[in-house]
Amino acid sequence: MSTIAPQFRLSRFIASLFDIIFWVLLIFSLVGLPIVFIILFYIKMPIVNGQMLTPYLAMTWMADPSRTLPIIKTLLHTTFFHVIAFPGFGFAALLAAATIFVERKFLAKIQLRVGPLYCGKIEGILQLMGDGLKLISKEIIIPAKADKPIFWVGPLLFVGTAGAFVSLIPVARGWVVANPSVGLLAVFATIGFFPIISVLTAWAANNKWTFIGGLRALHQMIAFEIPLILSLLSIVILTGTLNLSQIVESQQHYWWIVFAPISAIVFFICIIAELERIPFDLPEAESEIVAGWLTEFSGMMYGLIQLGTYLKLYAFAGLFTVLFLGGWNGPMVWPPFPADIVTHGITIGPITAKIPGLPLFDQDMLNGTLWFVIKTVGVILLILLPRGVFPRIRIDMLLHTGWYKLIGLAFINIFIALGLLYAGVLGPGGLIQ
Amino acid sequence: MTAQLPPGIQLEKVDDRIMTLNVGPQHPGSGHMRLIIKIDGDYIVSCDPDPGYVHRGEEKMAEYRNYIQNIPHLERPVIHDSSNILHPYCLAVEELLGIEVPERAKYIRVIASELNRCIYTLYWLAIYGIFLGHSTMFMWPAGDRELFIDLLEAMSGARVTHAYLVPGGVRNDLPANFEERCLRQVDYFEKRLKEYQAVFYKNPILISRTEGTGILSRTDAIRLGTTGSVLRASGVDFDIRKKEPYDVYENLDFETVVMKEGDSYARSYVPYLEMFESCRIIRDAIRKMPKSGSVRTKLKPNPKGGNEEVYKRVESGRGALGYYIVSNNRPEPYRVKISVGSFRNLICMPYLLKGELLGNMPSVYWSLNYWPVEADR
Repeated sequence: MSTIAPQFRLSRFIASLFDIIFWVLLIFSLVGLPIVFIILFYIKMPIVNGQMLTPYLAMTWMADPSRTLPIIKTLLHTTFFHVIAFPGFGFAALLAAATIFVERKFLAKIQLRVGPLYCGKIEGILQLMGDGLKLISKEIIIPAKADKPIFWVGPLLFVGTAGAFVSLIPVARGWVVANPSVGLLAVFATIGFFPIISVLTAWAANNKWTFIGGLRALHQMIAFEIPLILSLLSIVILTGTLNLSQIVESQQHYWWIVFAPISAIVFFICIIAELERIPFDLPEAESEIVAGWLTEFSGMMYGLIQLGTYLKLYAFAGLFTVLFLGGWNGPMVWPPFPADIVTHGITIGPITAKIPGLPLFDQDMLNGTLWFVIKTVGVILLILLPRGVFPRIRIDMLLHTGWYKLIGLAFINIFIALGLLYAGVLGPGGLIQ
Repeated sequence: MTAQLPPGIQLEKVDDRIMTLNVGPQHPGSGHMRLIIKIDGDYIVSCDPDPGYVHRGEEKMAEYRNYIQNIPHLERPVIHDSSNILHPYCLAVEELLGIEVPERAKYIRVIASELNRCIYTLYWLAIYGIFLGHSTMFMWPAGDRELFIDLLEAMSGARVTHAYLVPGGVRNDLPANFEERCLRQVDYFEKRLKEYQAVFYKNPILISRTEGTGILSRTDAIRLGTTGSVLRASGVDFDIRKKEPYDVYENLDFETVVMKEGDSYARSYVPYLEMFESCRIIRDAIRKMPKSGSVRTKLKPNPKGGNEEVYKRVESGRGALGYYIVSNNRPEPYRVKISVGSFRNLICMPYLLKGELLGNMPSVYWSLNYWPVEADR
C-alpha cells in the first residue's frame, strides 16, 4: 500500500485527466482563440519571404519542417526575443549563473579548498540550482514595523534596474536590446538608480543595521559615481559619440585602453566599488553591521537581490569590454558556414534533406559574440580576484580614495585625451576615419 | 509619557544624535557576548562589553570532582588551547600532592603546549581574517591547523580536547617516529607562515586599517592589567615562560616578542611572530628531550591534598592563565579559581573603542585576543 496517496484510484485519476482535457479544450476554443485573434488583429505581422505571416500561414508552414526555419529566423529578430533571450535577460542571467559557479570554484582554489563538489556529480555544477531551490522554498519574513510596499518592491526594482542596464550593452554588431544615441548617458542614468533603491529598502526595513548599511551604500556610490563618469569622459572626447555601438565600431584597429589606460584603471576600481565587492563591500560588512542593507531580506527576496547583483556585475564587465577592450572586435576565428549544406542539402543515408534558411546566425555575429564573451569573462575574473586577497577597506579611506585620488586620476586622462585630440593624432570618431 | 515608573527604575536619557547598537549576542561580529555600543554618526561614543552568555560554572563543578576527574571538564573553556589551560592545573596539583614529574614528561608537556598554542593562534588568526573581510585568511589558518591537530591526535588520540596533560606527567608516551614527523610538519608550517605575511600582514589595506587604531599605551596597558600578547604589543617585556619559567622552559632557546606601537596591528602581529618562537621551542625541545624514560608518575588512587592553597600560572595563547586551588584534606578541591587572560584583556576594550570609527570595532575587538568562552568560564 502506498503511504504517499492511500486513497489513490487509477480509474478516478484517468477520469480526472479527461475532465481536465475537456475543460482546457473548451476554454481554449471559446475564450483563448478569440483573444489570440483579437490580439493578432492589432499586431503588425512580420513579412517572411515576401508574404505576410498570418496565423494560418504560420500553421501551414509548421506542418512543413523545411519552412519553419524562416519563422524561427524572424522570431530571432523580434524585440521580444532580444529582451527575453539573447542580448538581453536570458543571456545575461546565464552568464551571471556561470559567474557564480566560477567565482566559488575560483575562490576555493585560491583558498586551498575544493568548493562545491557533490551536487550534480561533476564538480558541483548543480550547486547553484540547489541554492536557488532552497531560496525559493524559504519563508519570506517581513518585519512587523517595515514599510511594506517599499520593502516588497525593493528587490524587484533592483532586478529591473539591473535588467535595464543589461539591455544597453551591445553584444554583437546589431545585437543590442536598446540602442539610444545617448547610450552612455543612459548608462549613467541607470546606475544612478541603485543607491536610491538601497536607501529606500534600507529605510523601509526599519532596522538599525539596514539603516547604517543603506547610508554607507549611498556614500560609497555617490563617491564613486563621479570618478566613474569622469573616467569615461576621455572616451567620449576621443570618439565624439555617446552611442555604445559606435564606440565599439571606432575600436576596430586600436582599443581605447591603449590611449586611456588611467581611465581604464579608474573605471575598474569604480566598478568594484559600485558592485559592493571586496575590498569595497562596506554596505554589507558582515562583522560590523550584520549584512548591511540586505539584513532583513529573506528567501527569494534575497535571491532576487543576488540575481540583480550578478546581472549588474555582467553589465559592468560588458561595459568595460565595450568601452576599453573593443567590444565584439577581434580576429575572425569562427569557421564559415559550409555552403554546400544550403545548395546540396544534408545527405543521411538514402535521404537528402534540403533545408533552406540556414544558417540561422551569420558568421560575423557569432564571431563577435565569441569575442565579447571571452573579453567579458576575463574582466569578470579580474573583478572576482580581489575577493581572495584583500580585506575590507574602512569608510574614511573609501571616501578619501573616491573623492581625492580617483577624481584626480580621471582628470589626468581627460587632459591626455584632449592633448591627443588637439595634436591631431586622433580625430573625433576614432583613430581611422 | 508621564506614566508612573516602578520605584527604582528610571528611563535612560539619550541624546538625539546618539544611536545605541546592540552588537550581539546574535551578531556575526560579536562572539558569545554583547557589546552595547553608542554611536554618534560613525564614531563610537561609548562601548559597554557584556560578557557572561556562556557561563558554565566550571569553578563550581570543580568542587564536586576529585583531582583526576577535574581534568576533562577544565579544558572545556578553551578547547583550542586545551593543553595550556590544563598546564597550570597540573602544576598546581603536583605541588599540592607533592609529586615529582619525570624529565621526559616535562619536555613532552612543553611540546604539547606549544603545539596547542599554535592551534589556538591559528584559529584566532582565522577569525581575525574574517572579521576584516579577508576570507582567504580565514581558510588558510583553519586548514593549517590540521598539521598540529594531526600531531596532537597522534600523541593523545583526540583531535581537539586532548586531556593529555595529567598531574604527574602526561597520559601516554609519544608514538614511534613522532620526532621526525613533528620536525617535518613544523618546517612546512614555517614556510606557510611566511606566505601569511605576504597575503595578510604586508597587505596595504590591512596595514592602513589597523595601524594607529585602538592605541594602548605602555602605562595604560600595565594599569589596566592586560596580559599576554596585548601587553607585549604595548612594549612590556613580560612573558611568564621567561619571567617565571615552569617545566623546562628555562633550558629552551627562545625570545619574547615585543612591539612598541600598541595599536591593533601590533596586537595582531605579536601572536603571529610568537608562532615562529613556538616552532623554535618545539625544535629545541625535541633536540634536548631525553630519548627514553618514564613519562608519568603514578598517583595514589583518589589522592588527597593537604590543608593548603597553591597558585600556579603559565603563559597561554591569551596571556597569563593561573589556577588558585584551595584544598582541605579531601579528595576534592575546596575552591578552584581560574584566572584567565581573556577577561583581563576585555577590560581595556571600552577605553580603546572610545572615539574610534564603527568600522574599527571588529579589528580592535579581536586584536585583544579575547576568547568569550574562556572569559565566562
